[in-house]
Amino acid sequence: MGTRRLSAVAAVALAAALAAGCSGGTAGETASPAASAGAPARPVKLTYWTWVPNMDKIVQSWNAAHPDIQVTVSKQAGGDDAAAKFLTAAKAGNPPDLVQAEYQMLPSFVAADAVADIKAEAGPAKAEFGEGVWSLVTLGTDAVYAIPQDSGPMMFYYRRDLFDKYGLKVPTTWDEYAATARALHEKNPKVLLGAFSSKDPGSFAGLAQQAGARWWSIDGEAWKVAIADEPTLRVAGYWGGLVKEGVIGDKPYFTPEWNKALNDGTQLSWISAVWAPGVLASNAPDGKGKWAVAPLPQWNASEPHTGFWGGSSTAVAATSPSRQAAVRFATWLNTDPQAVALLAGQGAVYPASVKGQAALSKDPDYFADRPGFWKTAAEIGATARGFTFGPNVNVTYNAFKDAFGKAIQDRSDFAAAVRAMQDATVADMRKSGFQIVP
Amino acid sequence: MTRANATAPAAGTARPGRRRAYGAAPTAVLLLGALYCLFPVAWVLVAATKSRAELFTTSTLLPGTGLLANLADLAAYRDGVFWLWMLNTVLYAGVGALLSTAVSAVSGYALAKFRFPGRGLAFNLLLGGVLVPAVVLAVPQYLLLSKAGLAGTYWSVLLPQILSPYGIYLARVYAAAAIPDALLEAARIDGATEGRLALNVALPLMLPAMVTIFLFQFVAIWTNFLLPFIMLGDDHRFPMTVGLYTMLAAGANQPSLYNLIITGTLLSLIPLVALFLTMQRYWRTDLSSGSVKN
Repeated sequence: MGTRRLSAVAAVALAAALAAGCSGGTAGETASPAASAGAPARPVKLTYWTWVPNMDKIVQSWNAAHPDIQVTVSKQAGGDDAAAKFLTAAKAGNPPDLVQAEYQMLPSFVAADAVADIKAEAGPAKAEFGEGVWSLVTLGTDAVYAIPQDSGPMMFYYRRDLFDKYGLKVPTTWDEYAATARALHEKNPKVLLGAFSSKDPGSFAGLAQQAGARWWSIDGEAWKVAIADEPTLRVAGYWGGLVKEGVIGDKPYFTPEWNKALNDGTQLSWISAVWAPGVLASNAPDGKGKWAVAPLPQWNASEPHTGFWGGSSTAVAATSPSRQAAVRFATWLNTDPQAVALLAGQGAVYPASVKGQAALSKDPDYFADRPGFWKTAAEIGATARGFTFGPNVNVTYNAFKDAFGKAIQDRSDFAAAVRAMQDATVADMRKSGFQIVP
Repeated sequence: MTRANATAPAAGTARPGRRRAYGAAPTAVLLLGALYCLFPVAWVLVAATKSRAELFTTSTLLPGTGLLANLADLAAYRDGVFWLWMLNTVLYAGVGALLSTAVSAVSGYALAKFRFPGRGLAFNLLLGGVLVPAVVLAVPQYLLLSKAGLAGTYWSVLLPQILSPYGIYLARVYAAAAIPDALLEAARIDGATEGRLALNVALPLMLPAMVTIFLFQFVAIWTNFLLPFIMLGDDHRFPMTVGLYTMLAAGANQPSLYNLIITGTLLSLIPLVALFLTMQRYWRTDLSSGSVKN
């Protein structure tokens, strides 16, 4: 009696497994004939991995208007792990049709042949975006590997009230920033103007972009790697000097200690990006209404620039059977005025689309007392320089964390840390079989 | 602290005489160990009561005022997707641990009590399997199950966790010690079939080992992160571990959800604690009754 019951359970389990396996297979196969036939009896089904908040609700309005192309959103964990997961899925042959790709990760997707060149379908979208952002999805080539979604131009955030209290002026050049840091440290050694984080390579990459760094570039089939170029060494030397003097902090961003310093006003400013209001609202709730925003200090005041810290795009998997439908959706999502408004409003995304930026009207809650936040952001964003990321940014970024963490601990030379990044990056690319031109 | 002071002398007075030589040292070490293990749990408990504003601003061990609001926010997050994640976790851990226990018990019994060609090899391979961390296997398993068309299904998370080398090893060792060969012989002479022998004679004797394997495997699946993270694409099939991680790594665009994640962690602990408190009793008595039979 007992054995029979057990074998019945086993049979049910097996049947369920088979059914699940079969249905998984057929769903994938039916999508492609429907897409190519043009007159779909069944709608094209697309899957989309993203971590933008409320994306499922935004996509609902597309699905309602396009019964022939139905998109299913799967909310993922963002960041480096999302990229690793997508690469693994692509390798195993079952990636989603659409994927949110951070700009610095896109080249690794391209190198692994995981995303499609969508130049033919997405070319017309180019006009909707600024030069700097567009260069992030072309990697400086003729191809187009994704459609930009959000961007993170860097800006200077500071405590208005405390700047007044200590009689400080908002620095417009990096020389002024250093002088301000020293002056503040003399007035009150317990508070600091800012900090250099050895755990946020994205921030350092943005600052290097502002100075004109070109860490990677593509030359035909080969890569050129120049992380230890003059602008980057200049930026590293500058911050290394300030850290050594002790006039700015050296604790990593986003730690509880740093949150506290931001909240209680022991750190007076933060070099961050357009998404900072979200971070400030949660990590420094007491500062609401006391912060203001300005352009980054400049290397050359007559030629203002900024860099990007963060931002992502929508890419289409190379193996997606419904590429055209996928690109149509991605283009709608990131350029259609209604969709971009939803992205900004519900998804808390700072749109990459120029028109989308101009249409932003409601200031972030945290800056509700200082109207014009988005106008300032758009003006600053327009000065962003283009940049090309390489195929192994994760290696470069890990090298940054190791080398700069150690340099801060030992109070040693930041330039050596930059060279360590360059060496680690080149060694890894060689090992992976990339052609490198000197 | 007060608890430590209260229990230490009590343990000392309860067992005078022979144990005196060691004094309160073993108790103190154990209490330190308990404190080390329980402090993070206590932290989660306290932190879950803090609102977003209180989390980073108030003293670490000072309870906050936001527990109910956190619970309500978590329940409302993306239309209550957290409860779905919890249900998924119960499914993965419950079904997975049951199947794993069944497989382990039957294999362990067979390896311990039957002589067949390749038995030594099979057991040595299993021993090797104990040494390979499951984390290392996650990606190969994903590639394999992708080939089978199972990636992304509930089965992709269940199947790899059903075969537990450690569970089989434990069952084999326990079966060898707890099931006397004479008993099996007697049952065979009485005309019992092998199936009846396994179900009515061997498995009841192995119950304590099975409870142990079930608990181990349940906890292992409940807390497993990497396998479901790699296997599953659809967030409606995520277990809590992966689900909470999507809340943690939600990007910097919106205010962070730390308070909801901590509250979710607290909720995810409750079933585990409840399971251990109820199963532990069983487990202990049966382990001792098993040893008496030896």
